[in-house]
Amino acid sequence: MTALLEVKGLKVQVEDNEILHGLDLTVNQGEVHAIMGPNGSGKSTLSHVIAGKPGYDVTAGEILFKGEDLLEMAPDERAAKGVFLAFQYPVEIPGVTTMNFLRTALNAQRKARGESEFLVPDFLKKVREVAGSLNIPMDMLKRGVNVGFSGGEKKRNEVLQMALFQPSLCILDEMDSGLDIDALRVAADGVNALRSKERAMVVITHYQRLLNYIVPDFVHVMSKGRVVKSGGKELALELEKSGYAQFEDKAA
Amino acid sequence: MPAVQETVDRVRQIDVDQYRYGFETVIESEKAPKGLSEDIVRFISAKKNEPEWMLEWRLEAYRRWLTMEEPTWARVDYPKIDYQDLYYYSAPKKKELASLDEVDPEILKTYEKLGIPLREQEMLAGVVRRDADGNVMPERRVAVDAVFDSVSVATTFQAELKAAGVIFMPISDAIREHPDLVKKYLGTVVPTSDNYFATLNSAVFSDGSFVYVPPGVKCPMELSTYFRINERNTGQFERTLIIADKGAYVSYLEGCTAPQRDENQLHAAVVELVTHDDAEIKYSTVQNWYPGNSEGKGGIYNFVTKRGDCRGKNSKISWTQVETGSAITWKYPSCILRGDNSRGEFYSIAISNGYQQVDSGTKMIHLGKNTTSRIISKGIAAGVSQNTYRGLVTAHKKATNARNFTACDSLLIGDKCGAHTVPYIEAKNSSTLFEHEATTSKISEDMLFYCVQRGLSQEEAVALVVNGFVKDVLQQLPMEFAVEAQKLISISLEGSVG
Repeated sequence: MTALLEVKGLKVQVEDNEILHGLDLTVNQGEVHAIMGPNGSGKSTLSHVIAGKPGYDVTAGEILFKGEDLLEMAPDERAAKGVFLAFQYPVEIPGVTTMNFLRTALNAQRKARGESEFLVPDFLKKVREVAGSLNIPMDMLKRGVNVGFSGGEKKRNEVLQMALFQPSLCILDEMDSGLDIDALRVAADGVNALRSKERAMVVITHYQRLLNYIVPDFVHVMSKGRVVKSGGKELALELEKSGYAQFEDKAA
Repeated sequence: MPAVQETVDRVRQIDVDQYRYGFETVIESEKAPKGLSEDIVRFISAKKNEPEWMLEWRLEAYRRWLTMEEPTWARVDYPKIDYQDLYYYSAPKKKELASLDEVDPEILKTYEKLGIPLREQEMLAGVVRRDADGNVMPERRVAVDAVFDSVSVATTFQAELKAAGVIFMPISDAIREHPDLVKKYLGTVVPTSDNYFATLNSAVFSDGSFVYVPPGVKCPMELSTYFRINERNTGQFERTLIIADKGAYVSYLEGCTAPQRDENQLHAAVVELVTHDDAEIKYSTVQNWYPGNSEGKGGIYNFVTKRGDCRGKNSKISWTQVETGSAITWKYPSCILRGDNSRGEFYSIAISNGYQQVDSGTKMIHLGKNTTSRIISKGIAAGVSQNTYRGLVTAHKKATNARNFTACDSLLIGDKCGAHTVPYIEAKNSSTLFEHEATTSKISEDMLFYCVQRGLSQEEAVALVVNGFVKDVLQQLPMEFAVEAQKLISISLEGSVG
């Protein structure tokens, strides 16, 4: 069986500065992988490169998604193929209602896949259903995208999009940053509801805390641009006790 | 990132001159000889069968124009215009039309291509339209006056408007049919001596619309004029005069396009609005003249004087403009707040891309007591364009409790364009309250990346962000017009990222 996501020997530079030094990662359908590591270990870079953010130079290696060369695709093509990145800091788009944004994005993806666009009544029904399950009031969707949203609202909005777009790969970049424990629980419940045999998740986090709520199948420790250790969920607990220092030395 | 680079290259290949209305209508026309002289002014006046007083009015303006200098204070740069190298009158051959069936089919086709309904029954087709948030928009009927080069070729719904007492006709007809009204108001808001371009217009204006809404009448439908410059080397000098008598209301829309040509074309219009006590005029423009090609060749020079006079108490004039076209835009729709408690509004979206230069804004002249005004200006600059907001807010000594709120926001796309804000504020009495806010922002990489990660293409992402930026102004437009404007904004900014 082809892996959903295969990262092989990935080297990435930002302005002549190498951030990832040959990274390997394989994620199969239905799996939840956690990527942990200290600040500056390259976790966010990895998520950005997979999603296609400009400003990164891939100097070696490849990324295959469902067996296809992901690096050859524009970021919007990747989205239409099922790559979703939940942002650490979702941006605000003043004047564009969340509802309009959701519909525009969903229809853009559907169009790219050759599917018919959602009609407004069908779309509204779907949004209402998903928003309800995430405790998102419809009023919030009439506001500008993320404008004036609290940290928790922003993250719930990310999960809402995930639930609407039904991507096959979800990358959650530091989803716990800026959230109190209650907000974290709501967002994590939303994510857990999306776990399925067809969908894989890559959960990027600095702290073990998030993994109490989203329990991973695999844990990878990144340091200085490489995966330095992989294991089961118990690895996260071990890290919580002993910290990242041991790996810092090893990677150097 | 090869994939991203490819996208950027693809985007770059799309140049700014994706102008969709650039086709030319091949039609026989009747022109005045090239150049400008007293004889040409007489020629135009004679063509229109004008009464003697009108000819005198024009000649006086012409003589004054000869003594004036072209203004240079605007932040626009263009080669000197040779006023003797232009045609001042061009009309499609064939005239005296009894019905629309007699209009040259080529002209009808032109308006069809532009999406302007000239046949009344076609406007009634019940298509459900929705806005961006999916709300159903109401069906709307619009009466249209279509001006082709120098003459009006058709005006729809005249009978129904007449029944309501509303006069809506080409100004050249109004001069003959309603001379008293025209004499009473023409040139009272923008005097013939006002400025170089307005004076030129007064001498050679060819056609435009005349609207009179009698006391207490709410105009039963929106009125609209559609201007089209077709002929080569021809200036269009439209003159529009709208009067809302006591307690009257009218909403008026104006649209403009021109064929794609290598040489520049001149458009110098004058629009005068008058509101009496408790009356309101809402004037909306979507200006989409040909902006020139990606190298800055061609395009319309748009030198326009638009001014409204809130003559009566409690009256209101509201200007809304979406400016996407023209190589040069020089335009300041203004309000004279003469009547006590009168209100002026200016909502503007000015987009410049490629080599376009925009110098636009408004003047709010507070003369009466308790007068209020509001200015919302959104300038968007892309390519190597220059976009200037120039505004004047002033309160006279007697204008006690005058209030103004101004917000000027500029959005830059790319790093080769410029946005400038030049506000003048003058308060001559101590009870005025003027507020001014200004912001300049750039569309950030992060914003665009967020959108493309959700499946929008680069261009869709820019259009979405920009439409959000201009939302406050779009909301002021009649709904159907707003949807058109939204599409136009996307088209104008195609190829601006990368």
